[in-house]
Amino acid sequence: MIYKKLPQWFLLILPAIIILAAVILIPLLFSLYSSFTSYRLTRPDTLFNWIGTFNYEKAVKSGVFWAAFGRTILFLTIALNLEMLLGLGLALLVSRVTRGQRMLRTIMMFPMMFSPVLVGFQFKFIFNDNVGLVNNALQSLGLSNSAIPWLVDEKLAMFSIIFAEVWMSTSVFAILILAGLFSIPQDPQEAAKVDGCTPWQSFRHITLPFIMPFIFIAMAIRSLDVARAYDIVQVMTNGGPARRTEILWTLIGRTGYVDAKMGYANAMGYVSIFLAIFFTIYFFKKLNAARAELGMAR
Amino acid sequence: MNINRLSKLKSFFLKVSHHVTLFIAMSIICIPGLWIVLNSFRPTVDIMAKPPVWVPRGLNLDNYRAMFGGAGEGGVPVMQYFTNSLIISCTSTIIALFVGMAGGYAFARFKFKGKNAIFVGLLLTRAVPGVALSLPLFIVMAKTGIIDTHFGLILVYVAMNVPFTIWLIDGFFRQIPPDLAEAAEIDGCTRWQAFWKVEFPVAKAGVASAGIFAFLTSWNEYALASQLTRSTFSKTMPVGLRDFTSEFTINWGGMCALAVLLIIPALILTFIVQKHLISGLTFGGVKG
Repeated sequence: MIYKKLPQWFLLILPAIIILAAVILIPLLFSLYSSFTSYRLTRPDTLFNWIGTFNYEKAVKSGVFWAAFGRTILFLTIALNLEMLLGLGLALLVSRVTRGQRMLRTIMMFPMMFSPVLVGFQFKFIFNDNVGLVNNALQSLGLSNSAIPWLVDEKLAMFSIIFAEVWMSTSVFAILILAGLFSIPQDPQEAAKVDGCTPWQSFRHITLPFIMPFIFIAMAIRSLDVARAYDIVQVMTNGGPARRTEILWTLIGRTGYVDAKMGYANAMGYVSIFLAIFFTIYFFKKLNAARAELGMAR
Repeated sequence: MNINRLSKLKSFFLKVSHHVTLFIAMSIICIPGLWIVLNSFRPTVDIMAKPPVWVPRGLNLDNYRAMFGGAGEGGVPVMQYFTNSLIISCTSTIIALFVGMAGGYAFARFKFKGKNAIFVGLLLTRAVPGVALSLPLFIVMAKTGIIDTHFGLILVYVAMNVPFTIWLIDGFFRQIPPDLAEAAEIDGCTRWQAFWKVEFPVAKAGVASAGIFAFLTSWNEYALASQLTRSTFSKTMPVGLRDFTSEFTINWGGMCALAVLLIIPALILTFIVQKHLISGLTFGGVKG
């Protein structure tokens, strides 16, 4: 029997490896290959038309690609930082509450259960210039006479998208940071109080180092699916109008499915994959460093 | 005396501002969701009204009736979508849990060469953006003929959920001292029995929270499903939301009704296990 010779641990992780290889690795290898061809969905024979790194050169020279790339980085930076800060604030607010905290915590988790597409539609509705909640409220309060084009103007559209993304994902941070706040031992806090630390000092030097690992867990979990934001953007503006909110993921989707240029789309797809992997590795490194600092590593 | 009163005033002021900020934050969290629920009961005339109608009036179930009615204006095969979603999410969650349990156990209990590298490698597969993955999957599945089937989507969701499931379950198994299973083995259990009788019951909470995460991920997934499903026989609920949009208009009321139907199962599940959810995430991460 051949399987008797294999170590047990290998047999146990074998199913995971097989399924990941079949569904993710092999398609990715295929897409790597096709990114070196001029593959078009409408003409299957072009799959064997090897054109070298032409697709990559085309992407590097393309202004549209770099604009989308820059916008993606900007979007991620703003969204992740805002989510972290707001999550920290929310966690601190809730941790001070003595009565009804359970209920607040439950409410806080509310946005986590929403499907990203649904978040997209929801905010498309809310920011709609004609029937949206925001414009209706502003006009009823007399703050604005005209309909503000939330999803048309470049800056406002970016703001609306980031708002939707932050609304959806802040709770991940808030919940994990709250768990971190509860795990802080009380002694150092009290010692600091006795020694005459200001609240800010004891927050900065005691609380913050303790919750840092929790912040990085949240970052790591988020970085595993940052591309979830694709759903929101695709629904809210689909990169439009006139590419004003085009991010890497919507650009890839449009090039692949609408223009049917699979080879080119896969080349750009690889850029987005490396971007995601870079984010993930970066935050997992940070997570390990923060753990080591607290002596939690094994 | 004066200082005393000043500090009392200060603490009162802090308390009030604390409550006000909290109230504003909670409103921002709640209002978008409630807006959707409210609009699912409103007639289209009221949704479109200019100037806006603030006090809800004439609330009815028309949007739901139209949705379930199927035929005619705004009819969507919603029950079919719901069943598809349920079948795909449940099956993929169960499979992912078994695969994840085997993997998580291996990582928590065995020492082997390249363990960290394999672990990171598995996790990284989760980071691949859905759109980028959907392009080659679309072609591969079209070639093998499993595009637009339940089976195809289940396969994809299992692969999507396995890395995260392994991560969470690994964290939970590490919490359990290995002595426990060893003691059971000395008492005459096989390793298999020791796992199911001793270790699994202790780690059940972790497995449950991993299951909820897997379920929610599959239930809410859109980027892949929107490309890999075409017909009513395999479309899931998130993709079904698109049915309410046409070129220039969106049937907001109908969409809100479907949205409510989409949230309810997720809401119920999350409420049941919310306690495990938090501990699951923190165990997996901090102490793992």
